[in-house]
Amino acid sequence: MTDAAIRPGAPARPTLSASEALLKKRHRAEKLFRAQGVAAIVVAMIFLVVLVGRIVVQGYSTFETHTMTVPVYLNPERIDASALEGVNYDYIVAEAVMKKLGVQDDDLGTVSAKVMDLTSRDFGFQLLNKVKADKSLIGKTVEVTGSVKADADLYYKGEIKRSTPEGDRKLDDQQLAWLDKLKADGTVKTGFNTRFFSNSDSTEPEQAGVLGAVVGSAMMLFITALIAVPVGVLAAVYLEEFAPKNRWTDIIEVNINNLAAVPSIVYGLLGLALFINWLHVPRGSPLVGGLVLALMALPTVIIATRSSLKAVPPSIREAALGVGASKSQTVFHHVLPLAMPGVMTGAILSLAHALGETAPLLMIGMVAFVPGVPENFVSSATVLPVQVFIWENASERAFHERTAAAIIVLLVFMIVMNAAAVILRRRFERRW
Amino acid sequence: MLTWLSLLFLALFSSAAFMAGRGRAVKSAGGAAARLHSLPNYYGAYAALWAGVPAAILLLLGAMFGGRVEDALLQAQRPAAVSALTPDRQAVFFSDVQATAEGQAASEVTYEGALKVAFDAKVAEARTIDGVVRYSTLGLAGVLALIGFFLAVPRVNPEFRARNRVEGWIAGVLIACSVSAVLTTLGIVLSLIWESWRFFESVPVLSFLFGTEWAPQIAMRADQVASSGAFGAVPLFAGTFLVMLIAMLVAAPVGLYSAIYLSEYANRGVRATIKPLLEVLAGVPTVVYGFFAALTVGPLFRAGFNWLGAQMIGGPLDGVGQYLGEVQNQMALVAGVVMGIMLIPFVSSLSDDIINAVPQSLRDGSYAMGATKSETVKKVVLPAALPGIMAAMLLAVSRAVGETMIVTMAAGLQAKLTANPLDTVTTVTVQIVNLLTGDQEFDSPKTLSAFGLGLTLFVVTLGLNIIALRIVQKYREQYD
Repeated sequence: MTDAAIRPGAPARPTLSASEALLKKRHRAEKLFRAQGVAAIVVAMIFLVVLVGRIVVQGYSTFETHTMTVPVYLNPERIDASALEGVNYDYIVAEAVMKKLGVQDDDLGTVSAKVMDLTSRDFGFQLLNKVKADKSLIGKTVEVTGSVKADADLYYKGEIKRSTPEGDRKLDDQQLAWLDKLKADGTVKTGFNTRFFSNSDSTEPEQAGVLGAVVGSAMMLFITALIAVPVGVLAAVYLEEFAPKNRWTDIIEVNINNLAAVPSIVYGLLGLALFINWLHVPRGSPLVGGLVLALMALPTVIIATRSSLKAVPPSIREAALGVGASKSQTVFHHVLPLAMPGVMTGAILSLAHALGETAPLLMIGMVAFVPGVPENFVSSATVLPVQVFIWENASERAFHERTAAAIIVLLVFMIVMNAAAVILRRRFERRW
Repeated sequence: MLTWLSLLFLALFSSAAFMAGRGRAVKSAGGAAARLHSLPNYYGAYAALWAGVPAAILLLLGAMFGGRVEDALLQAQRPAAVSALTPDRQAVFFSDVQATAEGQAASEVTYEGALKVAFDAKVAEARTIDGVVRYSTLGLAGVLALIGFFLAVPRVNPEFRARNRVEGWIAGVLIACSVSAVLTTLGIVLSLIWESWRFFESVPVLSFLFGTEWAPQIAMRADQVASSGAFGAVPLFAGTFLVMLIAMLVAAPVGLYSAIYLSEYANRGVRATIKPLLEVLAGVPTVVYGFFAALTVGPLFRAGFNWLGAQMIGGPLDGVGQYLGEVQNQMALVAGVVMGIMLIPFVSSLSDDIINAVPQSLRDGSYAMGATKSETVKKVVLPAALPGIMAAMLLAVSRAVGETMIVTMAAGLQAKLTANPLDTVTTVTVQIVNLLTGDQEFDSPKTLSAFGLGLTLFVVTLGLNIIALRIVQKYREQYD
C-alpha cells in the first residue's frame, strides 16, 4: 500500500475524512436496508391486523341479538279452528305489539304494517305450531318470544342511526320511537344469539344461522379425510419405502409435485366433468364435495407423509430387518408408527386447508340455497366458506354482519385444527 | 342399500374365511406354529383376501356403473314411435321411463297413442333389466367369493408361503394408491381436453385465443336474437395479467424484504413470533380475503379516489378529477392489492427457505472482506439465491393466475381490454365460475367455453411450475 501511494499516477489514497465519509455512507445504506426490511414486516403485520380486526369488528355484533316477549291474545274471531294454516298470525302478533305500544290500527292497516316490519316472521310460525299442538289455546293469551326483524336489530346496535335522513333508512321516525319504547319497558331484551348456531340458512337475516353449513362442512370433511388420508399415506409409503428408482416412480413424483400447484378451480372442473356428468354423483352433495377436496388434498398429504417418513432414521429399518422382519413388517410395524405424529400433523393441516376451500365447490353446484341441515351424504348441502360467499352476495345489510360472523366461526374451526396439529407435533415429535 | 347389505355380508364371509384359513394352518402344523412358514394370521389373511376382495370390487363397480349398463340396455332398442322423436325428447322419454320404473316423479310430459304403449312396455322392460342387472351382480359376487374361498383355503399347508402372498397384495394396494395421483392428473387432462374439444368444435381455437371480444351470451333458442356469442378470450387474459401484475407489485417487495429481514437480521425471538403470524396470514381462506376486498378495501379505495377526484375538479387536472369521481368499487386495483396481501406469506416463506439454503461460508467470506450486512445480502446472498427467488416469484405468479375467490368477489364481470388499474376487469377464473354457477344446459358452447378457459389456465400454471422447478434444479448445486 505504501508503495502504491508513492508511485506517481496511481489513484490517490483516500484521505481519512474521505474514508470516514464513505464509511458513513455505507452505514447509512445499511440502516436504510434494515429499515426497509422492518417496514416490510410491519406492512405485512398491519395487513394481518386490519384483516382480522376488521372482520371481528364487523362480525362480533351478530353474537348479540334482541328478542321480544309479548303476550299474544289468540282472538277466536280471527282464528278459524278448521283452517289453522290459513290464519294471518303475523297480524295477531302485530295486534299484541300494538297493544303494548298503546296504538290503534287505522282502516288501511298502515300502522299494523309498520309494526309487522319490526317483528320476525318467526312469531307467526311459533303461534301456528302452538295452536296446532293444542287447539284449546284459542281464546287464551300465550307468551311468545322471538327475535326482532334484522333492521330493528341493526337500529339497537347503532348501525341504523337516527341522524340519517328519514328517507334514507329502512325504518321511519315513528318505528324508531316504538323501538325505543319497547326497549325501555323491557319487552325487548338483549341476549346471546343462540339462533345463529341453531338455525340454518334463511331468507330472513334475523333467522339465518350457520348450523346447516357447519354440519355440511363436517360431512364433507369426513369424506375427504376418509379418502385422502389412507390413500395419501399408502402412496407415500410406497414411494418412500418400496418404490424402485426408475422412470415410472420419477414420473409419479414429478406428477405429485405439479398436482400440488394446480389451481383449485381446475379440480372443480374435474369434479364437474368426472363425478357429476360421468358418474352421476348428486350435484351439490357432501359426497361430491368431499371427493373433489380429497383429490385436492391428496398431493399435500403425500408430500407431508413422505417428509416425516424420511425423518425416521435408517437404523430403525436396519434393526427390524436384522431381526428377521420382512420389508412390509418393517414399514408397518416400526417406521410408519414412528412417523405417525408427523403424518397426522400433515393430514390435519391439509384438511384445514380443504375446510377453507371455496372455488371448486362452486363448480359442483354447492351454491344452492339450502334452508336445512343436510340429511345424508347425497342430499343438497352447503358448507361454511360457500355460506360466506352466498351471504356476501346478499343485498341486505344485516347479511354482511352475518357474513363476518360466519367467517369468525370458520376461522375458529381452522384455528382449532391448526392448534391440534401444533400440539400433536410438540407432544409426540421425536428428534433422532 | 342392497349394496351395503351385501358388502356387510361379504365382510362376515371374509372373516369366516380368515378363521378357516388360520384354523387350517394351525391344524396342519399339528398345533406347533413354529413349523409353519408364516405366522398363522397370514394364512387367515390370505384366505380372507381371496374370499372378500374380488367380490367387493365387483359389487362396488356394480354400484357405480350398474345404472349406466341398465340405461344402455334399455336404450338399445327404440320403438319406432320413440325413434321418431327429436333427440332431446328421446332423452326426456327415457328419463321418464327410468323415473316411473323407480317410482319417482316423472316430468309433466304426457304420452299418448303409440308412445303410451311404448312407454308402458319400456317401463316394464326397465324393471326387468334392473332386476336382472342387480341380481346377476349379486350372484356373480357370491360366486367369486366362493371361488376365492375354495381356491385359497385348500392351498394352506405348512410349506405355503402365505406371508409373501399377503405382502404381494399389500404391495398391489400401495402401488394402486400411488397411481391414483397419476390418475388424478390424467383425469384432469382428459376431462379438460374432452370438454374443450367439444367447445372447439363450435368455436375455432384461434378465434378463442386471439379474439378480442368476450360475450358468451348464447340464446336458449336458435331463433332468438344474438344467438351466437363471441368467445375471444384476450380481454380475460389481459384482465388476469393486470390483476396478477398488481398483486406481484405488492407481494414481491414486501415478501422478499420480510424474508431477507427474517433470515439475515432478525434475532431468534422476532423470528419465532413473526413467522407463525405470517403463517396465519397464509392460512386464511381466500373467501375471507374476497369478503375483505369486496366490503372493506373496495369501498375504502373508492372513497379515497372519489375524494382525490373532488379535490382536482376545477383545477388543471379537471379531466382526471372527473374520472376519479366516478370510480367504482370493483376495480382491478382492489382485487390486485388484496391478492398481493394473500401472496406475501407465500413469497416470504419460499424466499426464506432459499436464502437460508445459501451456504454460510459465502456470508463469512464477504464479512471477512469488510462488507457490511446489507452489502453481503445485496452483492453475495441475493445473487446466489437469485434462481431460487425467480422460481418462487414464478410460483407466486402461478398462484395469482389461478386464484379465484378474491377476483370473483372483488373484480367485475365486464370483459374489457384495458390497462387501467382503476377500471373494472374480469379474469379467466371469474368467467369460469360465472359460466358454471347455477343450473345450466351442459351442451351449449357457453358452458363448454369454461372448460376451454380451464384448459388454458391449467396449461399456463403447469408451464410456470415446470419452468420454476427447472430453474431450481438447474442452479441448485452451484455452490455446494
